[in-house]
Amino acid sequence: MSHVLTVLPAAAGALTESGQTSTAEAVLFWVLGPIMVLAALGLLFARKAVHAALAVVLVMISLAFLYVAQGAEFLGVVQVVVYTGAVMMLFLFVLMLVGVDRSDSLVETIRGQRWIGVLAGLGLGVVLAGVVGRATYGTPAGIEEANAGSNPAAIAHLIFGQHVFAMEVVGALLVTAALGALVLTHRQRLTRKVGQRERAERRLREGGYPVSLPAPGVYARHNALDVPALDPEGRPIEASVPRVLRVRGQEADAREYAARIDRVLAGGWATGAGTFTSNRDVDDPHGRTAPTPGTPGTDATETDDEEGAR
Amino acid sequence: MHTLISLTAPAVVPAVEPVVAADWPGADAAVLLVALPLLSAAVLLLLGRRSDRWGHWLGVLASAGSFVVGVVLLLGMLGLPAEQRVHDVHLGTWLDAGALSIDAGLRVDPLSLTFVLLVTFVGTLIHVYSVAYMEHDAARRRFFAYLNLFVAAMLLLVLADSYVLLFVGWEGVGLASYLLIGFWNHHTPYAVAAKKAFVANRVGDVGLLVAMGLMFATFGSLDFSTVHANVAQASESTLTLIGIALLVAACGKSAQFPLQSWLGDAMAGPTPVSALIHAATMVTAGVYLIVRSGVIYAGAPTAQLVVAIIGAITLLFGAVVGCAKDDIKKALAASTMSQIGYMVLAAGLGPIGYAFAIFHLVTHGFFKAGMFLGAGSVMHGMDDQVDMRRFGGLGRYMKITYFTFMAGWLAILGIPPFAGFFSKDKIIEAAFVPVDGQPWRAWVFGTIALLGAGITAFYMSRLFFMTFEGKKRWSETRDGHEQHPHESPALMWVPMAVLAVGSVALGWVLQAVGFVTWLEPSVGHAEHEEPVLGVPVLIGLTLIAVALGLALAWRRYAVSTVPVAPPVGTVLTRAARVDLYQDAVNDAVLVEPGQYLTRSLVYGDKAVVDGAVTGLARLTVGTGDLVRRAQNGFARSYAAVMVVGVVVLAVVVLAVRG
Amino acid sequence: MSLTHYLVLAAILFAIGATTVLLRRNAIIVFMGVELMLNSTNLLLVTFSRMHGNLSGQVLAFFVMVVAAAEVVVGLAIIVTIFRTRRSASVDDVNLLKS
Repeated sequence: MSHVLTVLPAAAGALTESGQTSTAEAVLFWVLGPIMVLAALGLLFARKAVHAALAVVLVMISLAFLYVAQGAEFLGVVQVVVYTGAVMMLFLFVLMLVGVDRSDSLVETIRGQRWIGVLAGLGLGVVLAGVVGRATYGTPAGIEEANAGSNPAAIAHLIFGQHVFAMEVVGALLVTAALGALVLTHRQRLTRKVGQRERAERRLREGGYPVSLPAPGVYARHNALDVPALDPEGRPIEASVPRVLRVRGQEADAREYAARIDRVLAGGWATGAGTFTSNRDVDDPHGRTAPTPGTPGTDATETDDEEGAR
Repeated sequence: MHTLISLTAPAVVPAVEPVVAADWPGADAAVLLVALPLLSAAVLLLLGRRSDRWGHWLGVLASAGSFVVGVVLLLGMLGLPAEQRVHDVHLGTWLDAGALSIDAGLRVDPLSLTFVLLVTFVGTLIHVYSVAYMEHDAARRRFFAYLNLFVAAMLLLVLADSYVLLFVGWEGVGLASYLLIGFWNHHTPYAVAAKKAFVANRVGDVGLLVAMGLMFATFGSLDFSTVHANVAQASESTLTLIGIALLVAACGKSAQFPLQSWLGDAMAGPTPVSALIHAATMVTAGVYLIVRSGVIYAGAPTAQLVVAIIGAITLLFGAVVGCAKDDIKKALAASTMSQIGYMVLAAGLGPIGYAFAIFHLVTHGFFKAGMFLGAGSVMHGMDDQVDMRRFGGLGRYMKITYFTFMAGWLAILGIPPFAGFFSKDKIIEAAFVPVDGQPWRAWVFGTIALLGAGITAFYMSRLFFMTFEGKKRWSETRDGHEQHPHESPALMWVPMAVLAVGSVALGWVLQAVGFVTWLEPSVGHAEHEEPVLGVPVLIGLTLIAVALGLALAWRRYAVSTVPVAPPVGTVLTRAARVDLYQDAVNDAVLVEPGQYLTRSLVYGDKAVVDGAVTGLARLTVGTGDLVRRAQNGFARSYAAVMVVGVVVLAVVVLAVRG
Repeated sequence: MSLTHYLVLAAILFAIGATTVLLRRNAIIVFMGVELMLNSTNLLLVTFSRMHGNLSGQVLAFFVMVVAAAEVVVGLAIIVTIFRTRRSASVDDVNLLKS
């Protein structure tokens, strides 16, 4: 890591005798400062939460720059890693969970809250700025001396030396927080988990079809999903047509095929052979005008109902 | 006859010191007097319907048992010399609270024993009478329980050796009276009458309580012996106050002016109750109280004068009311009031009258109870009719009732030699005795007593003639019922006959055995003193007044036809019919201001007290409503408050630090 | 340019973050406002650290970051839970403080 830091300006955080920053730092500040303020205002005004989150990310990255510029290289890196890398990404995850496309309504529901909020915010800013501006500081000492060696090393000395207990406590806090998050988002299962086996058993219990449904009628001369299969007696099996087609009303008229089959069985091979070519021929008026009486239509509706119920 | 009359005048009143009953163990039996009827009442009330079949006979037995015990005590006492006849039977310490220590004890002396015998004897007769009279009442057993309770309370009242225990009996008879007046409380007017009697009695009770408070403050004790022994130490004004308070108590209990209004309404109770409680015994408790407290009155002449005045007023008041009443029971009640007025007047005359007051009380107990029972018998035969204008000629149908009632009638008139002559005439004579050398008192009270005798003769004769003489004014049917007057069963007429014998002979007998002397250990001895007129003159005047009243009543109610509908009458008659506007006066003076006060208090309570409370509550609610708006539950609002707070804090800090 | 400029910038960011908390209703954006406020204080701490020539400020900023990370984890978990039960991420819908 140290060789990374050496790339940074060696005199990061160096001050002039009168406590002024270097010109480079001033330029950096004046570039980043307005960006940060604008981005922060973006947080305030963005309609969409994702935009707000991105604005905050921008602020935080800028902050990281300012940290490094002020001789807090370690914090700058941590800022990027922890805040922009972890925390803000967590925010984005949660946003996706909650609904990314939700935009905040701008209509204020609490009477007077908007004015109170604006005034309080402005007042806070003015008062804080006033306090900071009016306070008198001694000549800034600069951070170079404290950063002798390197900033991470110096901070490490402090954290693991003087503040080691706080460090441990904070570690415990983090673990607790992680556990807390687990507990909070954990959903108690109130019923037993329903697996494949339970589902199959339930279907049987309810008198469902024990085996797989018959395949649709696939014949040598006509093969399409919308044609019902025929049982050994020549009656069409409604359930063999996929339910989606039946619901949409796209199933072919089973009675018609039954009639044709009857004709075929009666030796009428040649008649109407051409009409067996395609599914669309179902709509052919010729085909519909010759239903054979005795074809079970009622049975079909019953089967249909049962399927629909399933 | 006048030789029998030995008037006595006040000398020093020698209250005989009570003797501890060590030398007469039999006195302890006095406890049984109270215990027997009390036990019977408890049994009857606790066993309930299970004792319905035999309960009335148990009641009779308890009362008779008490009478037997009373007779035994009498015999025991007669064997003692006169100065040993006052006994205190100690029962035990009852209340022991700081300076107030009260022993429960019974005083057996001639006075209390007289009452015991009167109450138990008349009471037993009336019990027997009630067995038949209440035969068709579903609640007869309860009636006998109440009667026994009354007898027990009355005996406790007269036997108590302290004012506190007396007060227990005093309240007990009040309770029993209330229960019995309202015995048929499903009739609203009867229940109201019971309540009225109860409330009027409470007014009197306040007097007794005040008297007890004054006595305790003055003497530090409430038993008769201590109080009476220390009377000399108290100032006259204190004694006067105590005397007046005791008089208030007596007025309430004995229906004396101005607390007399309840007695007429109390006739709502069954007739035996009227006979026992509201004629013979309970209403005389006031006289007993005054006579028992004679030592106090001896030290308070003013109070004594007030007693006499109240008695005189009530005497005339009751007599005037009695002349106008058409309800046979209410006429008898007015007569009772008037006769007790005589007793109170006598008691107000001081020791000279005490014995005669008690004498008259006893004879009155007999003849008035007899007359009430006669009235009950008439009602029994007349289907509970009480309007005398619808009687008439009943003497032909109820011979026994007629003669027994006649005995009572002649007795109350004071015709020699019936009982009233010996008692009432002596009160009249005593009233004519000048007290403290003030002849005006003798003239005033004497004239009133004489006048009262005349009026009494008139209204009692009116009652008698309207009921038993003249033409019949009742119809064969009434309210669809057939009406045929008949004699009452033996269970009813035998007690009436016994009482009639008492009405005839009791005065003479008591005179002969020296009843006045017998009472002396209790009420003190009074020296003979001459009335302002000669005794034979007074007797003559009295008899003339009685004869005049009798003749007038004979002319108006026996010879001439009595209208069935009451005539309009004179102003006095109309006033007397409504008890001389006593109820109206009570309503105007007490009830209405009381109700107005209550309403104002209710209004004040609602407006001021409730107003303050609810106002406070409303203020709290209102403040809460205002503050609640700040608590809208939105986290952002709270955050806004925090931020504003921070800003304000910072501004303040900056401003302070300049 | 003096270091005060950093402080003023931090103050401005802090005020904007606070205003966001007050004005926005989407719980996630409100949360981001909180993060912005934390970051502005970090900038303040770093600047102070430089003024004093002392690394304690930076160490403190480091701890703030860690705590903020923990806080974000828990806070987002809460938001997700609330969203699951109420199908909303608006802070105004959670006014259960008012019964």
